[in-house]
Amino acid sequence: MVLVWDRPVTDEQRPSRRRLPAGDIARVSVFAALIAVLGLPGTLNVFGDVVPITLQTLGVMLAGAILGTWRSALAVAVLLVLVAAGLPLLAGGRGGLGVFAGPSAGFLIGWLPGAALTGWIVERGGRAPGTMRMLAACLAGGVGVVYLCGIPVQALVTGLSLGKTALLSATFLPGDLIKAVLATVVARGTQRAYPDAIPAVHRERLRAGGR
Amino acid sequence: MKGLTGAYVPGGSPLHRLPAGVKLAGLAVCCTALLLLRPPAALAVAAVVVAALYAVSGVGVTAAWAQVRPVRWFALALFGVQLVVADLSGAVSSTLRVVLAIALAGLVTLTTRTADLMAFLERCLAPARFAGLDPYRLSLLLSLTLRSVPVVAELATRVREAQRARGVERSPRAFAVPLVVGALRHADALGEALAARGLDD
Repeated sequence: MVLVWDRPVTDEQRPSRRRLPAGDIARVSVFAALIAVLGLPGTLNVFGDVVPITLQTLGVMLAGAILGTWRSALAVAVLLVLVAAGLPLLAGGRGGLGVFAGPSAGFLIGWLPGAALTGWIVERGGRAPGTMRMLAACLAGGVGVVYLCGIPVQALVTGLSLGKTALLSATFLPGDLIKAVLATVVARGTQRAYPDAIPAVHRERLRAGGR
Repeated sequence: MKGLTGAYVPGGSPLHRLPAGVKLAGLAVCCTALLLLRPPAALAVAAVVVAALYAVSGVGVTAAWAQVRPVRWFALALFGVQLVVADLSGAVSSTLRVVLAIALAGLVTLTTRTADLMAFLERCLAPARFAGLDPYRLSLLLSLTLRSVPVVAELATRVREAQRARGVERSPRAFAVPLVVGALRHADALGEALAARGLDD
């Protein structure tokens, strides 16, 4: 129910209100911050600083599983915009436009469709997405799509062939698979403790509340 | 909060005074040009130009090195691999290309205030109005995220302490689940507070 006390709701105000209500702004910004904070504990360097293994991709998968398709993509976009503006929000205090010119640029850009696909698959699961569906969502979005975007860009930047780049990237695969499993466990735990963390449940509650 | 100020180095050089939009456009042009330059000699000239730009900006060697430092091992590995699969000139040019692109992007970061870049981005976001998105809400989203980083970091510290008190330091689940639930609770309270202040009216 919408109560308007002192001014009529004009037609110009309606679309923007429908598209980005206060609750979405809050969730998106806090999750963008959460992905940044997950980069703080430090990076596990396997290959020097090439493409650091961080918990940040865990945050990307969690954002997808909890916020749903477009909110999670928006959270990643907000984070990347702030990084581009020069803030050291990526793991190891990286930031600035340099990261978008470097070899791991594609992996970062891949977070966008990756989070969205994770969210999309979880949303198809309705009010009670199962563990297997969550795992599939994290693997497809958080690992599959991210690699699909990252490897060609790395090949382009380094001038190595696609096959060689893919082989180099395979060293990160075990870590990313563990992170996908961890994201599934954490998302399940969160949704059990806080049912509103399931995208479909959240949407229904908003609809019922009229907000 | 420390570390959220960006890498900006104050100064009065011509590069500092250029508008953010011009610098970003210049960066895009330069990065494309770097991809098209093939002979090592041309790239060596480009390297001299980049070094000259750094000298003009007067940001200092430490700040300059901090921009390139994160890719040092990568550059070394790339050089080695290229030396094996291609030849010396190929190795030199592809390594230089990556390092120079990163150095140029770093130069824009070093000479542009975060606030100026954000203002430029907000101007770029203005056409979002036609897609039904409110530029004011988008800029609120950006500043709210900046504000949320210290809040979530503080939450993470508290969860770590609780984890230690419970004796489950080694369980990543005992860290991440309370952190995510706490972040969501904070987000939903924040959303209600924004709505209560009339953001949705």
